[in-house]
Amino acid sequence: MTQSIWRMPRWFHQMGSPKWFYDFGGILQPWFAVVAFVLLTWGVVWGLAYAPADYQQGNSFRIMYVHVPAAILSQSIFLGMAVAGAIGLIWKMKLAFMVARSCIAIGATFTIIALLTGAIWGKPTWGAYWVWDARLTSTLVLLFLYAGVMALNQAISERQVAGKATAILAIVGTINIPIIKYSVEWWNTLHQSSSFTLTSKPSMPADMYLPLLLTVLGSYCLFALVVLMRTRTQILQTQSGTSWLAQHRDITGA
Amino acid sequence: MYFESLDALLNMAGHGPYVWSCYGLFVALLGINIWHARSQNLKALKQAKALVRRNQ
Amino acid sequence: MIKFMLAIVRRDILLVARQPAEMINPLVFFVLVVALFPLGVSPEASLLSEVAAGVIWVAAMLATLLSLELLFKLDHDDGSLEQLLLAPYPSWTLVLAKVFVHWLVSGLPLILISPLIATMLFLPTHAVPALMLSLLLGTPTLSLLGAIGAALVTGVRGGGMLLTLLILPLYVPVIIFGSSSVAAAAQGMAVDGYIALLAAMFVFALMITPWAAGSALKL
Repeated sequence: MTQSIWRMPRWFHQMGSPKWFYDFGGILQPWFAVVAFVLLTWGVVWGLAYAPADYQQGNSFRIMYVHVPAAILSQSIFLGMAVAGAIGLIWKMKLAFMVARSCIAIGATFTIIALLTGAIWGKPTWGAYWVWDARLTSTLVLLFLYAGVMALNQAISERQVAGKATAILAIVGTINIPIIKYSVEWWNTLHQSSSFTLTSKPSMPADMYLPLLLTVLGSYCLFALVVLMRTRTQILQTQSGTSWLAQHRDITGA
Repeated sequence: MYFESLDALLNMAGHGPYVWSCYGLFVALLGINIWHARSQNLKALKQAKALVRRNQ
Repeated sequence: MIKFMLAIVRRDILLVARQPAEMINPLVFFVLVVALFPLGVSPEASLLSEVAAGVIWVAAMLATLLSLELLFKLDHDDGSLEQLLLAPYPSWTLVLAKVFVHWLVSGLPLILISPLIATMLFLPTHAVPALMLSLLLGTPTLSLLGAIGAALVTGVRGGGMLLTLLILPLYVPVIIFGSSSVAAAAQGMAVDGYIALLAAMFVFALMITPWAAGSALKL
């Protein structure tokens, strides 16, 4: 008998079970909601009203507290989607495809937020809403990648096939992201359109970066919340004929 | 607070419209996401309940 | 395995030879798109020679993309794709053979006609070798990356538009380095750095496409 190194440990196997995920996710969900709300509110109020203004950019730098988390999340969600897709492909785990699918909309939303806030920030800083800055340009390409994943996911009606196809595209996209970023950065230095980037502070006082830490963590929690909700929704949709769900207290109402 | 008055907080020395519209976008777009995820969840629950009732 | 690939290559070339229009269409498209630019922008030589590199590369990319839609579709529709996948060879052999023919039919003619296009856009003559070399390395990369998209949309209705959406973002690095190399050559600068990067991307595409397109075909 061949023992593959790809064999799943028990907890991993358990995690792939829709029933376990549905229950455990149900427990986690309210916690993520509360923590996300607290961290985001705290970070936003601190960033808007209490953090000192930047000596160079004035008050417009406060956009950073929503722009940076959105930019970070837009990339990590794409990576997370590819990892979930790879898990689904390697261990033939349906649940992983559901998680990957749940990432698409929220990831695209964060990308749009990063683009729009970046453009609005550009107006007082560069004097124009859109500048072909390296970071804005590669975020735009990332949005196109999300659009492709979303379109492919919706074009294929059979869920299992759609999940696999999306996973392959997400993996290929993720491998390409560093190359795209590198090429765009290189292209940008060649054309020298902007002399200084939005967020490049060598040293920020704690009053400036702690709110940022809060909004970044809060955004991660919010992302987790949305993925839990969407994945549990998909479990409800696909498992509706099974006996465990029929006897679940969410369904029986007991 | 960094600002001296509420007006100063809203105005932010002229940068107010930019800053506030960014925060507005952040809240609105993420709010739509959560709202949509929740409404889909409730819909799926309702359908699952209906299916179980029909099978009984 | 080599025999299997050669057999597919021969079969596909035969199929194209029977319908030469398939081979000429991307070429005509390429020339047409390029010809539209002077009409849309300005026929002035100084302006055209400045944008020539980018225009030629974008047109080559679109021409490749349009012909990619049919890469697996015809075989899928008549059922022969299923048979080929049942053959006792890994699916990547099939992918590589088909991509090779696609490049032979759509990429190679573009390279051969590119000096003519370069003249039409007033690209300096000393940049033409760099243009051809960059296309020689770039178009196979376009065909390879595009094959992933073509495999993913095989059997999906309205796949053409979808294919464009999936693949264009992946083409960004190729177009940046491709057109930059030509622009650098036009200014009389060294191009070996760009050519090395294009070659690296070709090797990279050669590594991921067989796996990605092969597994996408089996879905």
